[in-house]
Amino acid sequence: MIEFRNLHKGFNQKPVLAGFTLDVRDGETMVVLGYSGSGKSVALKHVVGLLEPDAGEVVVDGEVVHQLDRARLMALRARIGYVFQFAALLDSMTVRENIGLGLARQGLAETDTDDRVREALALVDLAGSDDRYPSELSGGMRKRVGIARAIALRPRYILYDEPTTGLDPVTAAVIDRLIVRARERTGVTGVVVTHDIRSAYTVGDRIAMLYRGTIRQVGTVEQIQKTHDPVVRQFIEGRPEGAADAETAFAGIVT
Amino acid sequence: MLELVTARARGGLVAVGRVGHFLTDVSRGLRDTPTWTRLTLVQMRRIGAESVPIALFIAAFTGVVLALQASYTFTGAVPMYFVGTLVGKTIMLELGPVLTGLALAGRVGANIAAELGTMRVTEQVDALETLAYDPIAYLAVPRVVAATVMFPIVVALAMVMGVTSGWLTAVNLLDLSTVEFVRGLKLFYQFKDIWFGLVKSLSFGLLIALIGCIKGLSVSRGAESVGRATTDAVVLSAMMILVLDAFWAVVLL
Repeated sequence: MIEFRNLHKGFNQKPVLAGFTLDVRDGETMVVLGYSGSGKSVALKHVVGLLEPDAGEVVVDGEVVHQLDRARLMALRARIGYVFQFAALLDSMTVRENIGLGLARQGLAETDTDDRVREALALVDLAGSDDRYPSELSGGMRKRVGIARAIALRPRYILYDEPTTGLDPVTAAVIDRLIVRARERTGVTGVVVTHDIRSAYTVGDRIAMLYRGTIRQVGTVEQIQKTHDPVVRQFIEGRPEGAADAETAFAGIVT
Repeated sequence: MLELVTARARGGLVAVGRVGHFLTDVSRGLRDTPTWTRLTLVQMRRIGAESVPIALFIAAFTGVVLALQASYTFTGAVPMYFVGTLVGKTIMLELGPVLTGLALAGRVGANIAAELGTMRVTEQVDALETLAYDPIAYLAVPRVVAATVMFPIVVALAMVMGVTSGWLTAVNLLDLSTVEFVRGLKLFYQFKDIWFGLVKSLSFGLLIALIGCIKGLSVSRGAESVGRATTDAVVLSAMMILVLDAFWAVVLL
């Protein structure tokens, strides 16, 4: 289980997260929705200790992430797959080497690594791309390799940072299908941060709306679709009028 | 004025602190031998072997110029075999290590800062962390070790090339015989001439790699930041080479 407890984080005196609290249950895929720049990726980076909170904490399997010593943090990271917004593949390495990198760290034998790489590439429909370099792949293919790199580790959790951003609708739908497939086949717990509402409806078991540094509403896909909260409604309907106007026109329905 | 001096002094202390902190991280990374040993071999080729042509090129022309300038200076006043003395001493003690160091500050320092900076802004460094690697052990230690080991080797080859080109110039353009040139070369030769140059080049290698890694890994934003880090790495490395050069002269000569 991943617990965000009253998380605060700011940059250059500007608060980004201000009391972010959310529980991600084992086995579910939680989608964190929010505007661009609202702090979704910042929250995600706290889970693997890439950022430290100004206040509050993130707890994974009972361990407070920012209090872990280096060895235990590494052990935690080995249980978590992270899919970056732009894939973040090491561009000097082939697809195979990229996927095998984390496996080598886990001390897997070379034959087992080959099997895992093949299995992961098959899962993301990229079988036979082992020897290609990231620069030879399209944006969508790179994201699929990023997902394969995370899945190959057989992690307990996978964190997806804007997995469909910048992709055409068909490729985005392919990525959504892969996220669903990964959960069905491996039972992995997922956290997906996105502003793509269609993707959120497809991959999410529950959806949380991040607004002004905190969770505005969290609920099942159906609950979010039927919400009366003006801020959430405005976001899911993609209406351009000011959020503040909608907010003041409504008393506020939270969670 | 006082505020400016205080700010500059504070900036200098912060920079020293960052280098110290980074050295501590590198020492920690050195303990992770399975991660950096294989990668170091790759860096030894990139930083060392691939730098040999430029180092030899510089040394060859330096040897030519030194022989000709020595001859021009000595004519009529000093025996010509001193051309060998001047070429040998100058190449081994000063120009071999320093000119090679300055050239490699551009080639190696810029390469390290730009590569690591780009990896930082494209989240490749973060990706390594999420895969449970220590980026210092994976990225910095191989470069620092490779540069420290390979710089003296490259400089040693440059020394040989510089003296050889000086000898060929003396024999072919100055009517000096090989025997005379070698006599001059041996005249005030001490083994210290060689190891002094090699110790200096070792310290230059360590410094250039450290500065390149620090500048590269501290990049925070996009392309402009990478460009600035690269320029800073080269300029700072070049300045520090000259400072270190003076330091070793004071301490060891």
